[in-house]
Amino acid sequence: MTDDTPLLMASGVSKRFGAVVALRNASLTIRKGEIVALMGANGAGKSTLVKILTGALKRDDGAVEIAGKDERIGSPAAAQRAGLMPVYQEPSLIPDLSVADNLALGGTPVDDFRAWVEELGIKGLRLDDMIGHLPLATLRILDLARALASKPKVLLLDEMTAALPTDLVENVLRVIRKQADAGQAIIYISHRFTEIAQVCDRATVLRDGETVGDLEVVEGVEERVIELMLGSALGAGAAASVRPPPAGPAHLEVRGLTLGKKLTDVSLRLHKGEVLGVVALEGQGQDELFGVLAGLIRPDRGQILVDGEAVAFRHPADAIAKGLTYVPGDRADGLMMMRSVHENIAMPMLARFRNWGPIGMRREAGLVNDAVERMQIDTRAMGEVQRLSGGNQQKVTIGRWLAMGVETLLLFDPTRGIDVRTKRQIYGLVRELAEQGAAVLYYTSELAEVPAACDRAVVLFNGSVVDVIEAADADEQTLMRAAYGLREEAVGA
Amino acid sequence: MTPQDTASLLVRLGRFLRDNPIFPLIILLLALIATLEFMRPGIVNERWIGNTIKFAIPLAMLAACQTLTMLTGGIDLSASVGATITAFVMATQVPIMGAPLAICIGLVPAILIGLVNGFGVAVCRVHPLIMTLGTGLIATGCLQVYQRFVIASGSVVPDGLGWLGTGRTWGAPNALLLFVPFAIFVLWLQRRTGFGRLLYALGSNETAAKISGVRSWQVYLALYALSGLIAGGAGLLYVGLIKAPSLSLVSPLLLPSVAAAVIGGTSIFGGRGGYGGTIVGALILTVLGTLLTLMQIPEGTRRILFGLIILAVTTIYVRLTNQR
Ligand SMILES: Nc1ncnc2c1ncn2[C@@H]1O[C@H](COP(=O)(O)OP(=O)(O)OP(=O)(O)O)[C@@H](O)[C@H]1O
Ligand SMILES: [Mg+2]
Repeated sequence: MTDDTPLLMASGVSKRFGAVVALRNASLTIRKGEIVALMGANGAGKSTLVKILTGALKRDDGAVEIAGKDERIGSPAAAQRAGLMPVYQEPSLIPDLSVADNLALGGTPVDDFRAWVEELGIKGLRLDDMIGHLPLATLRILDLARALASKPKVLLLDEMTAALPTDLVENVLRVIRKQADAGQAIIYISHRFTEIAQVCDRATVLRDGETVGDLEVVEGVEERVIELMLGSALGAGAAASVRPPPAGPAHLEVRGLTLGKKLTDVSLRLHKGEVLGVVALEGQGQDELFGVLAGLIRPDRGQILVDGEAVAFRHPADAIAKGLTYVPGDRADGLMMMRSVHENIAMPMLARFRNWGPIGMRREAGLVNDAVERMQIDTRAMGEVQRLSGGNQQKVTIGRWLAMGVETLLLFDPTRGIDVRTKRQIYGLVRELAEQGAAVLYYTSELAEVPAACDRAVVLFNGSVVDVIEAADADEQTLMRAAYGLREEAVGA
Repeated sequence: MTPQDTASLLVRLGRFLRDNPIFPLIILLLALIATLEFMRPGIVNERWIGNTIKFAIPLAMLAACQTLTMLTGGIDLSASVGATITAFVMATQVPIMGAPLAICIGLVPAILIGLVNGFGVAVCRVHPLIMTLGTGLIATGCLQVYQRFVIASGSVVPDGLGWLGTGRTWGAPNALLLFVPFAIFVLWLQRRTGFGRLLYALGSNETAAKISGVRSWQVYLALYALSGLIAGGAGLLYVGLIKAPSLSLVSPLLLPSVAAAVIGGTSIFGGRGGYGGTIVGALILTVLGTLLTLMQIPEGTRRILFGLIILAVTTIYVRLTNQR
């Protein structure tokens, strides 16, 4: 093998699922030491390509060469022997087993794994922890550490960073850059352009299952990539309308919320028509805050007031009855994967006892179609949510609450894994909902979203609100400093 | 045809079967009937069809308990006991209080068993398998105690139930009079009501259902109570067919009722399947039973074959529908 022979070369790969054509003519080339971004809109076929390259799916047609030799890659084990190791879009460790058991199952060397976990910035992981009890961000890091520990030649990362807060993203990018410099090849899927610009050498663009471009990542390539991805330019985003600080009584007020060591004395106020961002590094209490507001966790102390009336939630149904609806960050918690898009969206409408009776099929279909249209859900594989692409699944989790009509929306990282165009649509949608009188609490792991989607943001650090930042001042640098607890302004919640 | 063509044909077939699970079952049923006719020409006539349906109906009713609970990832192993108790209590009470009242009294313990099951599953979070096994054993014990008190009064199966269980009108079994509306009700419940949707929801992802505001305990309680009621109904029909109430009247139907639901394409892990397939499954099992009886093989071998065939059918089915 000369140094110029690609380590991995796929050409003309196609794959159909029944009537759905997921890939029609996909190609991809990567050499030693390269980081190649694989880009494309939701449903373009990125995950399908990764699964084919790593033996989880069989291709219908096309060729795959590894180090110049034709390879069939019939199974994940075969892929691993050939030096190809994936981190799939959905966490792949078994929830009912401990970390150690999972490692043993995959034959992962434990010491290497531990070293990588440390290096990636997860402290204090215990090997006897149950996978199902760990937060999503940690799971993603474990998936990556496991892949790295098997010392692959080619690492395929499918939206590895989509659920990660800034601090962990930085670690991941640093580590893969180092690995590439040491000669590993990395295929990197992400919908976040800043990450691509930071580490990738080239970008391969997929549109509707076809490779439509292969570009060097240089200054200003972003526009070109988007054009290839979408088949048209994106256009300028709607300028964030500057809205005056809300006056009058708060719609949702949280006072002195305390929960073990996770939340200490958290207070915040959310008005009708306001989109309040929540910014935090990994594990600063954001999961617990949303859990409490959604009625999933009961706080030790503190008060929740809705329109001035103190409420206590013993079950999510109580929260919903008070108008608080929750979109969880982990799709696996929110979706019934085996059921149709229709049933998933209609779910909340049937939850209450008084709706156990006959379903108004026509009315329901109307509401569901409405939500599908507003969220622009890919309707080609509606029969089972698990057949949708990751981004489209995410849209379903949000869409179901639109069908109901929203009062207070608790969005936990709602744009996880969603492409640029749809992200814009979701910001627009959130604004629209707010203008119609909804109150939105919006946690995001992507700091750049704050000025685009929110009016202001509270910063959580170590379980407390340490800062409130107006959207106008919310550039990434400021947010980042605040998230690390470095800004010293007074707190005025 | 190249191997690749065959493979993709198989994939497509698998996909089709997965989306329309009832077709292959009907084909299997017809194939079994054809085999039967081939082995014993002339056997498949109106009378035989009537008889087969007559015996399949109580099984299909009991299998409704399994199907509905399996949709949530549960199971109801106390169904056969509930059916037996209803039949036995009813038959022993008829001499004392007359048929209509005895039927109502008979259904009470079956519903109670269901409520206890529901309580255990929903509130105490006991696994349905254990819970229903436990209540089934306890209820069997209670029935034995009860028997000692009523030995003197004797038992009577009301004529009405006999008519329903064994009678025919214009060649069609009268049991259809009860079963057709029942089946329509269950299918409607499962497809067109909020309650039915919630069964699938709980079986697919209980956390998701919870976040959507579903209070699962309500659903479980109602579900297992309903299952108890259905079991009681199946017991009444079955005693009308057999005409001899005993303490183990419906027990032989328990495992076939689970098998009927599984063959019918309902997943024991929940979230997938439905009653349509179960009805065909019950028919398949009944025809299979006749077929094996006809072959005049000893009971032991017959059971082995029965088990093997069920395993084979389910394995093939699962393989076909889970392709990558
Ligand atoms: N098992 C399946 N059955 C049917 N269709 C499928 C299946 N898996 C994927 N698809 C379809 O294939 C297409 C490509 O999906 P894929 O997951 O590869 O998209 P993606 O590029 O990874 O999108 P995203 O950015 O949303 O993750 C989608 O239209 C999807 O619905
Ligand atoms: Mg994907």
